[in-house]
Amino acid sequence: MKQGLFEIIENVELAENVYRMRLKGDTSAVAAPGQFVNIRLDGFFLRRPISVCDCEGEVLTLIYKVVGHGTEAMSHMEKGSLDLLTGLGNGYDLSLSGQTPVLIGGGVGVPPLYMLAKRLTEEGKQVKVVLGFNTAKEIFYENEFRSLGTEVYVATADGSYGIKGFVTKALEGMKYSYFYTCGPEPMLKAVYKNTTSQGQFSFEERMGCGFGACMGCSCKTLTGNKRICKEGPVMKKEEILWEG
Amino acid sequence: MGRLNVELCGIPLDNPIIPASGTFGYGYEFAELYDINILGTFSFKGTTKDPRFGNPTPRIAECPQGMINAVGLQNPGVEKVISEELPKLSKCFAKKVMANVSGFSVEDYAYTCQRLNGCEQIGWFEVNISCPNVHGGGMSFGTSPEAAAEVTRAVKNVTEKPVIIKLSPNVTDITEIAKACADAGADGISLINTLLGMRIDLRTKKPIIANKMGGFSGSAVFPVALRMVYQVSKAVSIPVIGMGGVSSAEDVVEMMLAGATAVGIGAANLVDPFICRDIINDLPGVMEKYGIENLRDIIGRA
Repeated sequence: MKQGLFEIIENVELAENVYRMRLKGDTSAVAAPGQFVNIRLDGFFLRRPISVCDCEGEVLTLIYKVVGHGTEAMSHMEKGSLDLLTGLGNGYDLSLSGQTPVLIGGGVGVPPLYMLAKRLTEEGKQVKVVLGFNTAKEIFYENEFRSLGTEVYVATADGSYGIKGFVTKALEGMKYSYFYTCGPEPMLKAVYKNTTSQGQFSFEERMGCGFGACMGCSCKTLTGNKRICKEGPVMKKEEILWEG
Repeated sequence: MGRLNVELCGIPLDNPIIPASGTFGYGYEFAELYDINILGTFSFKGTTKDPRFGNPTPRIAECPQGMINAVGLQNPGVEKVISEELPKLSKCFAKKVMANVSGFSVEDYAYTCQRLNGCEQIGWFEVNISCPNVHGGGMSFGTSPEAAAEVTRAVKNVTEKPVIIKLSPNVTDITEIAKACADAGADGISLINTLLGMRIDLRTKKPIIANKMGGFSGSAVFPVALRMVYQVSKAVSIPVIGMGGVSSAEDVVEMMLAGATAVGIGAANLVDPFICRDIINDLPGVMEKYGIENLRDIIGRA
């Protein structure tokens, strides 16, 4: 983990209530796709954890949805610098992907899969991507994923674009060596039930510190208690213990 | 002696800065960020007789200038603390550590302290009778002078190390509890633990915290904590560790003027993992600015 000041170089709306922020600074602590940063915002006590969408050189790309006052404030920022903790969480393990992995993202669970798709295609893997959204106007990054050379399937719950239904509809009959997923918990549960291979899930929880100090985001797994922010947010299918 | 030195229950501290229990784990993870030997000491994660997972999530809610937590004393249990956590800590921390202990009965407290008593690394016990997040224990011992005194006596019976009792602010008169602990033989008092608080999510119309309520901390509570430290330090003659919303070197000086011998830093660690290091570095400049020669000279001067 590193703490550093990052300069805002872009902050634009990509889809309804979904923004992309590009920041410039010391990204050396960002080690794997699926990690997150924790952002300090003026006027808010707790930092805001946001997953890393991409990291190239000194430029960090974050995609976030406006869900509360903090992200609302972020969406209005035009320039200036932000205090970030970087290199948080374990990130996805790429070594298990096999030759034909599928990446399954729902809503704001999509962004961390972009850097993952980039790394996997760089390794010569044939990557399929399934993106799920509620409706057409919430869709983002379909073309960005295509530009990486991945095979992209988009599903919308209301059928306003692409496959009508949830991501699991797109997965029907699909062949893949392994899966990686990130999205809302009901989607993760459906992916857990409807996938035919092993895979990795990225989880969300309300966090205090984001770096393992407060035990605010603990969860039980089949391999013991874990902190979502430290031993997670990515967990392997075989260790997940669904509760509630 | 240096300008920052203080003495806490007979043990010298290089400076009064003590990361508070529950915000610093068992120390070794912060040691990856900076050399934690610069601290006065720190109080490790609240430890109980048996391992605890704690409360369901969400355990955290944000507040203006603060946060609510309802972790519920998650810890690996005293045996694992002895066999795993303390050996890991010994590799990165050469000073005496403060052992924060909690329980659900007087016997629990005594048992856990007795098990830890043989650990050379431990300099003090901080007995938490003020956790607002567990039922049938924790805070229930800290809200009655008789129960607080009983826990104090039970722990004093099993150790020669200094025993500091950590008090809850969720009482009518905190000085009454502090006096009961002092009369029962406590060597020090630390305060405040978190204030019982709550937030409700307007979207779901339900409490944000799964446990409904939790402990409120952060800079918002500083004036309340300062007032209570002032009252308690006037009421007892044993040293007081002041904590609650401290997040700058100025706050540290203010706490000491109110009567604190040492100062705990809690929630601020969670927002800025380097805050204790920065406060220690900032203290000489702040002392200079306010004409303070030695920190130990200002304790209770207000």
